[in-house]
Amino acid sequence: MKRRNFVTRTALGSLSLLIGAEVVFADTMPKGYRPLAIQDPDPFKMFNKDKGMEVLNDKPWNIEAKAHLLDDKITPNSSMFIRNNGLIPENIDASTWTLTIDGESANESKTYSLAELKTKFRQYTYQLTLECGGNGRSEFDPPAKGNQWTVGAVSCANWTGIRLRDVLEDVGIKSDAVYIGYHAADVHLSRDPQKEPISRGAPMPKAMQDETLIAFKMNGKDIPLAHGYPLRLVAGGWPASVSGKWLTRISVRNIVHDGTKMTGTAYRVPCNPVAPGEKVKDEDMCIIESMPVKSLITYPKTGATIKEGKSLNIRGHAWAGELEVSKMEYSIDFGSTWSDCDLEQPTNRLAWQHFSANVDFPKKGYYEVWARAMDSQGISQPMLLPGWNPKGYLNNACHRIAIKVV
Amino acid sequence: MEDQTKFKLQVKAIYRLLLGIFGLFAIAAFTILVILLNPNMLKKSNSQIEEIAVEYTAVPSEEDFDKIENGIHVRTGLVDAEGLMTVVNNCTNCHSAKLVTQNKMNKERWISTIRWMQETQNLWDLGPNEDIIINYLVTNYPPTKKGRRENLKNIEWYTLN
Repeated sequence: MKRRNFVTRTALGSLSLLIGAEVVFADTMPKGYRPLAIQDPDPFKMFNKDKGMEVLNDKPWNIEAKAHLLDDKITPNSSMFIRNNGLIPENIDASTWTLTIDGESANESKTYSLAELKTKFRQYTYQLTLECGGNGRSEFDPPAKGNQWTVGAVSCANWTGIRLRDVLEDVGIKSDAVYIGYHAADVHLSRDPQKEPISRGAPMPKAMQDETLIAFKMNGKDIPLAHGYPLRLVAGGWPASVSGKWLTRISVRNIVHDGTKMTGTAYRVPCNPVAPGEKVKDEDMCIIESMPVKSLITYPKTGATIKEGKSLNIRGHAWAGELEVSKMEYSIDFGSTWSDCDLEQPTNRLAWQHFSANVDFPKKGYYEVWARAMDSQGISQPMLLPGWNPKGYLNNACHRIAIKVV
Repeated sequence: MEDQTKFKLQVKAIYRLLLGIFGLFAIAAFTILVILLNPNMLKKSNSQIEEIAVEYTAVPSEEDFDKIENGIHVRTGLVDAEGLMTVVNNCTNCHSAKLVTQNKMNKERWISTIRWMQETQNLWDLGPNEDIIINYLVTNYPPTKKGRRENLKNIEWYTLN
């Protein structure tokens, strides 16, 4: 085994000769990852993902978890969804990586090396919920185009980094600042260097929050390549697209950031509710900010058959964007009656909360266990699909698992 | 004069030597890579047959590059129907065919998706191929009625003790 690793390393070193460029960081390249030039077609090996993950798209890579794979309290890399808009950058060299802060509302343009960021600013670790704005898209009718996420585009890992606020204050921000926009090293699908695959951001109040990090570690290790190595913006509770990967630049804007996927209909929902299938003008679409209240039953896996008279322990996680979850319930009769679950406090703000319950079934037969969370403002998950929107965002309908009692 | 000729000859000799060394090195590196990418090539194990079978479906060899199996174009996963190769040739250069197969839309929305790709994603003018592509998409990937909430489906039952 060790010998093979040695051979791998040596061969990757020699590989640089074959592809005519140095493979910087061949040593620390994630185990199993091979550069695109000789890319292994097996994404599970390449990204160290659980075999049970579902590949929705391979160009760009979009991979989602299943509910039962998200049972860990802190999401490990193996079951963390991948949502890419472009191609993963090649030849990343952390030793020369820099982050530039610029923009109309920055006092100056300032560039920091990765080492400088790590030493100059105080480091913080938070467990942060990141959910794709389009999680649950597959259920909308009429369907919305894009990756057809079911339930698994959510994660809650530990992120370590420095506060974006500390860096912005070090540069100096003008009073007319309204938004920050990120720029990153990923490559547009058309390989057009003039195009950015995605360049989103957040309004200043979100940018200045304690928990908004410029992160360089996930679960205590270097961020895995597919999740933004070596530097990522992490803004928990908001669509995960705000948390830009492979971060190279942050612009402090005096307007709402107008980068790729900030304008038009991207990551926007109708400002006023619309009927399913209704046409909505671009100017009537509003940017998604905090994600809505939602929960997942992560144990047991759907499809469990249990013996009559036996009670079933269920557990899972609940989250509510910027807010906390105040109540968690389950139903085994399609929402006719609800029972309380035990609900834990979050580790920190914007972390998901764990719930559990002991479920008894009155007689043999087919059941569905439904889970419903309520946020601190009294808003609950709907049992049916929430308001239809053209791009299929924000489906927080309650999660269901099937159980048979025999 | 003689020194210069001698020098030139020496340079040539060194050049040939370097070329030879580099060639050997390239062959060696290539061999190692091949072995690494197919770690079981030199081994015999029980899992070998299974792994090879998987490799064949994932990476079809040259002659059956556009193989059709059970009505599916193996390489892309697209339905084998009129217009298939036009779709393969125009729609899978930038993005995966999976982006097509997982989406279900009517004619109007497939057209608007193509327009969006032309306006923002560098998709070329499809010319007479556009009708062929749209016809293929609406015939093979039409929307299905899902209502406000579907039944749970594809449940894999298992015993939980």
